[in-house]
Amino acid sequence: MAKDSKLILDPLADNNPITIQVLGICSALAITAQLKASIVMTISVLFVMGIGNVVMSLIRNIIPSKIRIIVQLTVVAALVIIVDQVLKAFSYQLSKELGAFIGLIITNCIVMGRAEAFAMKEKPFISFIDGLGNGLGYSIILIAVAIVRELFGAGTLMGYEILPLVSNGGWYPANNLLLLPPSSFILIGLMIWGIRAYKTDQIEPNEYKLSSHDTAPDLTKRELNV
Amino acid sequence: MEKRTDKNIYTIAFAIGMVVVVGSLLAFVASSLKPKITENKRIEKQQNILYAMGIHENTESSVAFVADDKVGEEFSKYITSQFVVNGSSVSEDTEAYLIDVRKEQAKIKNGGQRRLPLFVGEKDSETFYIVPIRGKGLWDAVWAYIAMDQDMVILGAYFDHKGETAGLGANIKERFFMDDFIGEHLLDSSGNFVGVDISKSNNDPLNSDKIDNQVDAIAGATITGDGVAAMIRNDLKLYVPYFKNLKN
Repeated sequence: MAKDSKLILDPLADNNPITIQVLGICSALAITAQLKASIVMTISVLFVMGIGNVVMSLIRNIIPSKIRIIVQLTVVAALVIIVDQVLKAFSYQLSKELGAFIGLIITNCIVMGRAEAFAMKEKPFISFIDGLGNGLGYSIILIAVAIVRELFGAGTLMGYEILPLVSNGGWYPANNLLLLPPSSFILIGLMIWGIRAYKTDQIEPNEYKLSSHDTAPDLTKRELNV
Repeated sequence: MEKRTDKNIYTIAFAIGMVVVVGSLLAFVASSLKPKITENKRIEKQQNILYAMGIHENTESSVAFVADDKVGEEFSKYITSQFVVNGSSVSEDTEAYLIDVRKEQAKIKNGGQRRLPLFVGEKDSETFYIVPIRGKGLWDAVWAYIAMDQDMVILGAYFDHKGETAGLGANIKERFFMDDFIGEHLLDSSGNFVGVDISKSNNDPLNSDKIDNQVDAIAGATITGDGVAAMIRNDLKLYVPYFKNLKN
Protein backbone atom coordinates (compact mmCIF):
# COMPACT_ATOMS: atom_id res chain seq x y z
CA MET A 1 0.00 0.00 0.00
CA ALA A 2 2.86 2.34 0.82
CA LYS A 3 4.16 1.68 -2.66
CA ASP A 4 0.80 2.53 -4.23
CA SER A 5 0.55 5.87 -2.48
CA LYS A 6 4.11 6.65 -3.49
CA LEU A 7 3.13 6.00 -7.10
CA ILE A 8 0.44 8.66 -6.76
CA LEU A 9 2.38 11.18 -4.68
CA ASP A 10 5.76 10.93 -6.33
CA PRO A 11 4.78 12.45 -9.67
CA LEU A 12 3.03 15.36 -7.94
CA ALA A 13 6.20 17.11 -6.82
CA ASP A 14 9.27 14.91 -6.46
CA ASN A 15 9.14 13.53 -9.96
CA ASN A 16 6.62 15.76 -11.67
CA PRO A 17 6.40 15.00 -15.39
CA ILE A 18 6.31 18.68 -16.33
CA THR A 19 8.68 20.36 -13.89
CA ILE A 20 11.29 17.60 -13.62
CA GLN A 21 11.03 15.62 -16.81
CA VAL A 22 9.78 18.62 -18.83
CA LEU A 23 7.32 16.49 -20.80
CA GLY A 24 3.88 17.46 -22.07
CA ILE A 25 4.90 21.10 -22.50
CA CYS A 26 3.10 21.41 -25.83
CA SER A 27 -0.41 21.20 -24.45
CA ALA A 28 0.59 23.02 -21.30
CA LEU A 29 1.37 26.01 -23.51
CA ALA A 30 -1.60 25.77 -25.77
CA ILE A 31 -4.74 25.37 -23.72
CA THR A 32 -3.91 26.97 -20.37
CA ALA A 33 -5.32 30.37 -21.28
CA GLN A 34 -8.64 29.24 -19.82
CA LEU A 35 -9.17 27.30 -16.64
CA LYS A 36 -12.24 25.44 -17.90
CA ALA A 37 -10.49 24.13 -20.98
CA SER A 38 -7.53 23.08 -18.83
CA ILE A 39 -9.75 21.11 -16.45
CA VAL A 40 -11.42 19.23 -19.30
CA MET A 41 -8.00 18.59 -20.79
CA THR A 42 -6.68 17.19 -17.51
CA ILE A 43 -9.70 14.91 -17.12
CA SER A 44 -9.18 13.66 -20.67
CA VAL A 45 -5.48 13.04 -20.05
CA LEU A 46 -6.25 11.24 -16.77
CA PHE A 47 -8.71 8.98 -18.58
CA VAL A 48 -6.31 8.22 -21.40
CA MET A 49 -3.39 7.58 -19.05
CA GLY A 50 -5.32 5.45 -16.57
CA ILE A 51 -7.08 3.24 -19.10
CA GLY A 52 -4.14 3.25 -21.52
CA ASN A 53 -1.78 1.96 -18.84
CA VAL A 54 -4.22 -0.77 -17.79
CA VAL A 55 -4.70 -1.97 -21.36
CA MET A 56 -0.96 -1.93 -22.04
CA SER A 57 -0.31 -3.82 -18.84
CA LEU A 58 -2.98 -6.44 -19.60
CA ILE A 59 -1.51 -7.21 -23.00
CA ARG A 60 2.14 -6.68 -22.04
CA ASN A 61 3.02 -10.38 -22.29
CA ILE A 62 1.49 -10.98 -25.69
CA ILE A 63 2.81 -7.91 -27.50
CA PRO A 64 5.48 -8.70 -30.10
CA SER A 65 8.43 -6.59 -29.02
CA LYS A 66 9.22 -5.48 -32.58
CA ILE A 67 5.99 -3.54 -32.91
CA ARG A 68 5.40 -2.61 -29.30
CA ILE A 69 5.62 1.16 -29.90
CA ILE A 70 3.05 0.89 -32.68
CA VAL A 71 0.78 -1.11 -30.39
CA GLN A 72 1.11 1.54 -27.68
CA LEU A 73 0.37 4.23 -30.22
CA THR A 74 -2.73 2.40 -31.43
CA VAL A 75 -4.10 1.87 -27.93
CA VAL A 76 -3.53 5.51 -26.97
CA ALA A 77 -4.89 6.80 -30.27
CA ALA A 78 -8.05 4.72 -29.94
CA LEU A 79 -8.66 6.08 -26.44
CA VAL A 80 -8.05 9.64 -27.60
CA ILE A 81 -10.54 9.24 -30.45
CA ILE A 82 -13.12 7.92 -28.00
CA VAL A 83 -12.60 10.93 -25.72
CA ASP A 84 -12.89 13.27 -28.69
CA GLN A 85 -16.12 11.69 -29.91
CA VAL A 86 -17.68 11.63 -26.46
CA LEU A 87 -16.86 15.31 -25.95
CA LYS A 88 -18.34 16.17 -29.34
CA ALA A 89 -21.52 14.33 -28.44
CA PHE A 90 -22.00 15.48 -24.86
CA SER A 91 -20.09 18.73 -24.49
CA TYR A 92 -20.09 20.27 -27.92
CA GLN A 93 -19.09 23.82 -26.89
CA LEU A 94 -16.06 22.63 -24.94
CA SER A 95 -14.96 20.28 -27.66
CA LYS A 96 -14.98 23.26 -30.02
CA GLU A 97 -12.81 25.28 -27.66
CA LEU A 98 -10.31 22.48 -27.17
CA GLY A 99 -10.26 21.89 -30.90
CA ALA A 100 -7.24 19.98 -32.07
CA PHE A 101 -5.70 19.64 -28.63
CA ILE A 102 -7.75 16.64 -27.56
CA GLY A 103 -6.42 14.84 -30.62
CA LEU A 104 -2.95 15.97 -29.66
CA ILE A 105 -3.10 14.15 -26.31
CA ILE A 106 -1.50 11.33 -28.24
CA THR A 107 1.58 13.45 -28.82
CA ASN A 108 1.81 14.12 -25.10
CA CYS A 109 5.06 12.37 -24.22
CA ILE A 110 3.85 11.57 -20.71
CA VAL A 111 1.23 9.13 -22.04
CA MET A 112 3.47 7.08 -24.27
CA GLY A 113 6.34 7.48 -21.84
CA ARG A 114 4.51 5.84 -18.95
CA ALA A 115 3.13 3.10 -21.18
CA GLU A 116 6.63 2.20 -22.33
CA ALA A 117 8.49 2.74 -19.07
CA PHE A 118 6.00 1.37 -16.59
CA ALA A 119 2.92 -0.42 -17.90
CA MET A 120 4.95 -2.73 -20.16
CA LYS A 121 6.60 -4.20 -17.06
CA GLU A 122 4.07 -4.04 -14.25
CA LYS A 123 0.72 -5.50 -13.27
CA PRO A 124 -2.53 -3.79 -14.33
CA PHE A 125 -3.57 -2.27 -11.00
CA ILE A 126 -0.31 -0.54 -10.16
CA SER A 127 -0.02 0.54 -13.79
CA PHE A 128 -3.39 2.21 -13.40
CA ILE A 129 -2.18 3.96 -10.23
CA ASP A 130 1.00 5.05 -12.00
CA GLY A 131 -1.02 6.43 -14.91
CA LEU A 132 -3.27 8.39 -12.56
CA GLY A 133 -0.31 9.67 -10.55
CA ASN A 134 1.51 11.00 -13.57
CA GLY A 135 -1.72 12.35 -14.99
CA LEU A 136 -2.31 14.20 -11.73
CA GLY A 137 1.23 15.58 -11.74
CA TYR A 138 0.49 16.99 -15.19
CA SER A 139 -2.94 18.23 -14.07
CA ILE A 140 -1.64 20.17 -11.07
CA ILE A 141 0.81 22.17 -13.17
CA LEU A 142 -1.72 22.72 -15.96
CA ILE A 143 -4.37 23.99 -13.58
CA ALA A 144 -1.91 26.18 -11.66
CA VAL A 145 -0.70 27.78 -14.89
CA ALA A 146 -4.27 28.20 -16.13
CA ILE A 147 -5.38 29.92 -12.90
CA VAL A 148 -2.58 32.49 -13.18
CA ARG A 149 -3.09 33.02 -16.90
CA GLU A 150 -6.84 33.39 -16.87
CA LEU A 151 -6.98 35.43 -13.66
CA PHE A 152 -4.31 37.97 -14.55
CA GLY A 153 -4.74 37.80 -18.31
CA ALA A 154 -8.48 38.14 -18.55
CA GLY A 155 -9.57 38.93 -14.99
CA THR A 156 -11.84 35.88 -14.86
CA LEU A 157 -11.83 32.32 -13.54
CA MET A 158 -13.95 29.66 -15.22
CA GLY A 159 -15.42 32.57 -17.18
CA TYR A 160 -16.66 34.40 -14.04
CA GLU A 161 -15.33 37.88 -13.45
CA ILE A 162 -12.96 38.09 -10.48
CA LEU A 163 -10.94 41.19 -11.25
CA PRO A 164 -13.14 43.79 -12.99
CA LEU A 165 -11.32 44.94 -16.13
CA VAL A 166 -10.69 48.55 -16.98
CA SER A 167 -12.30 47.96 -20.36
CA ASN A 168 -15.53 46.96 -18.57
CA GLY A 169 -15.39 49.87 -16.19
CA GLY A 170 -13.41 48.13 -13.41
CA TRP A 171 -9.93 48.81 -12.06
CA TYR A 172 -7.77 45.95 -13.35
CA PRO A 173 -5.78 46.46 -16.57
CA ALA A 174 -5.56 43.00 -18.17
CA ASN A 175 -2.09 41.68 -18.92
CA ASN A 176 -2.48 40.40 -22.46
CA LEU A 177 0.96 38.81 -22.45
CA LEU A 178 -0.47 36.13 -20.17
CA LEU A 179 -3.00 35.14 -22.80
CA LEU A 180 -0.28 34.39 -25.35
CA PRO A 181 1.40 30.97 -25.35
CA PRO A 182 4.92 32.17 -24.41
CA SER A 183 3.67 33.23 -20.99
CA SER A 184 3.31 29.55 -20.06
CA PHE A 185 7.03 29.14 -20.64
CA ILE A 186 7.68 31.96 -18.21
CA LEU A 187 5.25 30.59 -15.63
CA ILE A 188 6.49 27.01 -15.86
CA GLY A 189 10.06 28.30 -15.67
CA LEU A 190 9.23 30.24 -12.52
CA MET A 191 7.56 27.16 -11.07
CA ILE A 192 10.59 24.99 -11.73
CA TRP A 193 12.76 27.65 -10.11
CA GLY A 194 10.45 27.81 -7.11
CA ILE A 195 10.26 24.06 -6.66
CA ARG A 196 14.01 23.63 -6.94
CA ALA A 197 14.68 26.46 -4.51
CA TYR A 198 12.54 24.57 -2.01
CA LYS A 199 13.67 21.04 -2.87
CA THR A 200 17.36 21.54 -3.47
CA ASP A 201 17.97 17.86 -4.20
CA GLN A 202 16.26 18.39 -7.58
CA ILE A 203 19.05 20.67 -8.78
CA GLU A 204 21.17 18.83 -11.30
CA PRO A 205 24.97 19.04 -11.00
CA ASN A 206 26.67 21.31 -13.51
CA GLU A 207 27.93 19.52 -16.56
CA TYR A 208 30.78 22.00 -16.89
CA LYS A 209 32.66 23.91 -14.32
CA LEU A 210 32.63 27.59 -15.20
CA SER A 211 36.00 29.26 -15.25
CA SER A 212 36.32 32.54 -13.44
CA HIS A 213 36.38 35.88 -15.24
CA ASP A 214 39.65 37.39 -14.11
CA THR A 215 42.05 34.82 -15.51
CA ALA A 216 42.19 33.42 -18.99
CA PRO A 217 41.11 29.80 -18.97
CA ASP A 218 43.98 27.41 -18.75
CA LEU A 219 43.07 24.95 -21.45
CA THR A 220 45.43 22.30 -20.18
CA LYS A 221 43.57 22.16 -16.89
CA ARG A 222 40.04 22.48 -18.16
CA GLU A 223 37.77 20.41 -16.01
CA LEU A 224 35.13 18.59 -17.92
CA ASN A 225 32.64 16.56 -16.06
CA VAL A 226 31.27 14.46 -18.90
CA MET B 1 15.45 -20.33 -28.18
CA GLU B 2 13.40 -17.68 -29.90
CA LYS B 3 10.43 -16.45 -27.93
CA ARG B 4 6.99 -17.17 -29.32
CA THR B 5 6.17 -13.47 -29.52
CA ASP B 6 9.28 -12.72 -31.57
CA LYS B 7 8.25 -14.80 -34.57
CA ASN B 8 7.36 -12.85 -37.69
CA ILE B 9 4.15 -14.75 -38.26
CA TYR B 10 3.04 -13.98 -34.71
CA THR B 11 3.86 -10.30 -35.17
CA ILE B 12 1.81 -10.09 -38.35
CA ALA B 13 -1.11 -11.98 -36.82
CA PHE B 14 -1.02 -9.73 -33.77
CA ALA B 15 -0.99 -6.59 -35.91
CA ILE B 16 -3.94 -7.79 -37.97
CA GLY B 17 -5.87 -8.81 -34.88
CA MET B 18 -5.20 -5.49 -33.22
CA VAL B 19 -6.38 -3.51 -36.25
CA VAL B 20 -9.60 -5.53 -36.41
CA VAL B 21 -10.34 -5.11 -32.70
CA VAL B 22 -9.48 -1.42 -32.49
CA GLY B 23 -11.12 -0.66 -35.82
CA SER B 24 -14.42 -2.25 -34.90
CA LEU B 25 -14.38 -0.64 -31.46
CA LEU B 26 -13.91 2.82 -32.95
CA ALA B 27 -16.47 2.19 -35.67
CA PHE B 28 -18.95 1.18 -33.00
CA VAL B 29 -18.27 4.30 -30.89
CA ALA B 30 -18.42 6.60 -33.90
CA SER B 31 -21.63 5.20 -35.30
CA SER B 32 -23.40 5.14 -31.95
CA LEU B 33 -22.47 8.76 -31.21
CA LYS B 34 -22.99 10.09 -34.72
CA PRO B 35 -26.70 11.00 -34.40
CA LYS B 36 -25.94 12.98 -31.26
CA ILE B 37 -23.05 14.82 -32.89
CA THR B 38 -25.06 15.68 -36.01
CA GLU B 39 -27.86 16.89 -33.77
CA ASN B 40 -25.42 19.12 -31.87
CA LYS B 41 -24.24 20.67 -35.13
CA ARG B 42 -27.81 21.32 -36.28
CA ILE B 43 -28.72 22.89 -32.94
CA GLU B 44 -25.66 25.11 -33.07
CA LYS B 45 -26.45 26.33 -36.58
CA GLN B 46 -30.04 27.11 -35.78
CA GLN B 47 -29.01 28.87 -32.56
CA ASN B 48 -26.51 31.00 -34.48
CA ILE B 49 -29.07 31.96 -37.12
CA LEU B 50 -31.64 32.88 -34.49
CA TYR B 51 -29.01 34.79 -32.53
CA ALA B 52 -28.23 36.95 -35.55
CA MET B 53 -31.87 37.96 -35.84
CA GLY B 54 -31.96 38.89 -32.18
CA ILE B 55 -33.62 35.80 -30.72
CA HIS B 56 -31.46 34.86 -27.78
CA GLU B 57 -31.41 34.83 -24.01
CA ASN B 58 -28.69 37.41 -23.52
CA THR B 59 -28.34 39.14 -20.20
CA GLU B 60 -26.43 42.39 -19.77
CA SER B 61 -23.11 41.36 -21.27
CA SER B 62 -23.34 37.62 -21.86
CA VAL B 63 -23.98 35.68 -25.03
CA ALA B 64 -26.72 33.13 -24.48
CA PHE B 65 -28.50 31.17 -27.15
CA VAL B 66 -32.03 29.85 -27.19
CA ALA B 67 -32.08 26.66 -25.10
CA ASP B 68 -31.12 23.47 -26.91
CA ASP B 69 -34.50 21.81 -26.47
CA LYS B 70 -36.45 24.81 -27.75
CA VAL B 71 -34.32 25.77 -30.71
CA GLY B 72 -36.01 23.55 -33.32
CA GLU B 73 -39.41 24.94 -32.45
CA GLU B 74 -38.26 28.57 -32.39
CA PHE B 75 -36.43 28.11 -35.64
CA SER B 76 -39.55 26.98 -37.50
CA LYS B 77 -41.53 29.74 -35.82
CA TYR B 78 -39.31 32.66 -36.81
CA ILE B 79 -37.64 31.53 -40.01
CA THR B 80 -40.36 31.81 -42.61
CA SER B 81 -38.43 30.67 -45.67
CA GLN B 82 -35.02 29.46 -46.72
CA PHE B 83 -33.53 30.09 -50.13
CA VAL B 84 -30.57 29.00 -52.14
CA VAL B 85 -29.16 31.70 -54.38
CA ASN B 86 -27.44 30.03 -57.28
CA GLY B 87 -26.12 32.52 -59.77
CA SER B 88 -29.17 34.51 -60.84
CA SER B 89 -31.71 31.90 -59.85
CA VAL B 90 -33.24 31.86 -56.40
CA SER B 91 -34.95 28.70 -55.26
CA GLU B 92 -36.63 27.79 -52.03
CA ASP B 93 -35.02 24.98 -50.08
CA THR B 94 -36.15 23.98 -46.60
CA GLU B 95 -32.77 22.46 -45.87
CA ALA B 96 -30.67 25.43 -46.93
CA TYR B 97 -29.36 25.71 -43.38
CA LEU B 98 -27.54 22.44 -43.85
CA ILE B 99 -25.40 23.85 -46.66
CA ASP B 100 -21.75 23.86 -45.64
CA VAL B 101 -20.30 27.25 -46.55
CA ARG B 102 -16.76 25.91 -46.48
CA LYS B 103 -17.53 23.27 -49.09
CA GLU B 104 -19.30 25.83 -51.26
CA GLN B 105 -16.26 28.12 -51.10
CA ALA B 106 -14.08 25.24 -52.20
CA LYS B 107 -16.30 24.75 -55.25
CA ILE B 108 -15.28 28.17 -56.58
CA LYS B 109 -11.65 27.10 -56.57
CA ASN B 110 -12.55 24.12 -58.72
CA GLY B 111 -14.36 26.36 -61.17
CA GLY B 112 -17.82 25.47 -59.89
CA GLN B 113 -20.83 27.56 -59.00
CA ARG B 114 -21.32 28.39 -55.35
CA ARG B 115 -24.72 27.87 -53.74
CA LEU B 116 -25.51 30.71 -51.37
CA PRO B 117 -27.90 29.95 -48.54
CA LEU B 118 -30.19 32.72 -47.33
CA PHE B 119 -32.75 32.65 -44.54
CA VAL B 120 -35.69 34.96 -44.24
CA GLY B 121 -37.07 35.53 -40.77
CA GLU B 122 -40.00 37.53 -39.40
CA LYS B 123 -39.98 39.08 -35.96
CA ASP B 124 -42.32 41.83 -34.76
CA SER B 125 -43.44 42.31 -38.39
CA GLU B 126 -39.87 43.14 -39.39
CA THR B 127 -38.18 41.05 -42.07
CA PHE B 128 -34.64 39.75 -41.50
CA TYR B 129 -32.37 38.40 -44.24
CA ILE B 130 -29.76 36.20 -42.62
CA VAL B 131 -26.70 34.84 -44.42
CA PRO B 132 -23.79 32.70 -43.28
CA ILE B 133 -20.29 33.87 -44.23
CA ARG B 134 -16.86 32.43 -43.70
CA GLY B 135 -13.28 33.65 -43.91
CA LYS B 136 -9.79 33.42 -42.46
CA GLY B 137 -8.60 34.82 -39.14
CA LEU B 138 -5.07 34.74 -37.80
CA TRP B 139 -4.81 31.03 -36.98
CA ASP B 140 -7.81 29.39 -38.53
CA ALA B 141 -11.30 29.89 -39.86
CA VAL B 142 -13.65 32.64 -38.74
CA TRP B 143 -17.32 32.65 -39.65
CA ALA B 144 -20.44 34.63 -38.98
CA TYR B 145 -24.18 34.90 -39.44
CA ILE B 146 -25.26 38.37 -40.45
CA ALA B 147 -28.88 39.51 -40.34
CA MET B 148 -29.77 42.44 -42.59
CA ASP B 149 -32.82 44.36 -43.70
CA GLN B 150 -33.62 44.84 -47.37
CA ASP B 151 -31.33 47.90 -47.59
CA MET B 152 -28.41 45.82 -46.34
CA VAL B 153 -28.30 47.51 -42.97
CA ILE B 154 -27.06 45.04 -40.37
CA LEU B 155 -29.71 44.11 -37.82
CA GLY B 156 -27.66 41.57 -35.93
CA ALA B 157 -24.47 39.55 -36.16
CA TYR B 158 -23.01 36.47 -34.63
CA PHE B 159 -19.29 35.81 -35.02
CA ASP B 160 -17.40 32.67 -34.22
CA HIS B 161 -13.93 31.29 -34.83
CA LYS B 162 -12.01 28.07 -34.67
CA GLY B 163 -8.75 29.01 -33.01
CA GLU B 164 -8.17 32.74 -32.59
CA THR B 165 -5.99 33.83 -29.65
CA ALA B 166 -7.94 33.64 -26.41
CA GLY B 167 -8.52 37.09 -24.98
CA LEU B 168 -7.52 38.87 -28.20
CA GLY B 169 -8.86 37.64 -31.54
CA ALA B 170 -11.23 35.28 -29.74
CA ASN B 171 -13.09 38.36 -28.52
CA ILE B 172 -14.86 38.67 -31.86
CA LYS B 173 -17.52 36.47 -30.30
CA GLU B 174 -17.98 38.83 -27.38
CA ARG B 175 -20.90 41.20 -27.14
CA PHE B 176 -18.83 44.39 -27.17
CA PHE B 177 -17.61 43.50 -30.64
CA MET B 178 -20.65 41.83 -32.16
CA ASP B 179 -23.11 44.46 -30.94
CA ASP B 180 -21.10 47.20 -32.65
CA PHE B 181 -22.28 45.85 -35.98
CA ILE B 182 -25.95 46.38 -35.25
CA GLY B 183 -27.20 49.26 -37.36
CA GLU B 184 -24.06 49.49 -39.52
CA HIS B 185 -24.67 50.11 -43.20
CA LEU B 186 -23.05 47.80 -45.72
CA LEU B 187 -23.72 50.17 -48.62
CA ASP B 188 -22.30 53.66 -48.96
CA SER B 189 -24.48 56.73 -49.39
CA SER B 190 -24.79 56.21 -53.14
CA GLY B 191 -25.83 52.60 -52.76
CA ASN B 192 -22.57 50.84 -53.67
CA PHE B 193 -21.48 47.88 -51.59
CA VAL B 194 -18.45 48.60 -49.42
CA GLY B 195 -18.88 46.27 -46.42
CA VAL B 196 -17.88 47.10 -42.86
CA ASP B 197 -14.26 47.77 -42.06
CA ILE B 198 -12.63 47.00 -38.72
CA SER B 199 -10.94 50.28 -38.03
CA LYS B 200 -8.32 51.40 -35.55
CA SER B 201 -8.56 55.05 -36.54
CA ASN B 202 -12.26 55.76 -36.90
CA ASN B 203 -12.23 57.89 -33.75
CA ASP B 204 -15.55 56.38 -32.80
CA PRO B 205 -15.05 53.94 -29.93
CA LEU B 206 -18.70 54.07 -28.92
CA ASN B 207 -19.65 53.32 -32.49
CA SER B 208 -22.32 55.97 -32.67
CA ASP B 209 -21.65 56.69 -36.35
CA LYS B 210 -23.53 53.94 -38.15
CA ILE B 211 -23.09 55.09 -41.74
CA ASP B 212 -19.28 55.26 -41.78
CA ASN B 213 -18.96 51.57 -42.77
CA GLN B 214 -16.55 51.10 -39.89
CA VAL B 215 -16.60 49.52 -36.44
CA ASP B 216 -13.98 49.88 -33.74
CA ALA B 217 -11.18 47.28 -33.80
CA ILE B 218 -10.10 45.05 -30.92
CA ALA B 219 -6.65 46.07 -29.67
CA GLY B 220 -4.16 43.27 -30.23
CA ALA B 221 -6.29 41.49 -32.79
CA THR B 222 -5.33 43.25 -36.00
CA ILE B 223 -5.11 40.21 -38.25
CA THR B 224 -8.30 38.66 -36.91
CA GLY B 225 -10.03 41.99 -37.45
CA ASP B 226 -8.71 42.29 -41.00
CA GLY B 227 -9.92 38.75 -41.62
CA VAL B 228 -13.39 39.62 -40.38
CA ALA B 229 -13.51 42.71 -42.60
CA ALA B 230 -12.33 40.71 -45.61
CA MET B 231 -14.89 38.01 -44.90
CA ILE B 232 -17.69 40.58 -44.81
CA ARG B 233 -16.44 42.25 -47.98
CA ASN B 234 -15.94 39.07 -50.00
CA ASP B 235 -18.88 36.95 -48.95
CA LEU B 236 -21.64 39.51 -48.44
CA LYS B 237 -20.83 41.07 -51.80
CA LEU B 238 -22.15 37.91 -53.44
CA TYR B 239 -25.60 38.64 -52.08
CA VAL B 240 -25.74 42.18 -53.47
CA PRO B 241 -27.55 41.16 -56.72
CA TYR B 242 -30.20 39.40 -54.63
CA PHE B 243 -30.89 42.54 -52.60
CA LYS B 244 -30.93 44.70 -55.77
CA ASN B 245 -33.57 42.38 -57.26
CA LEU B 246 -35.55 42.52 -54.05
CA LYS B 247 -36.13 46.23 -54.53
CA ASN B 248 -37.30 46.00 -58.10
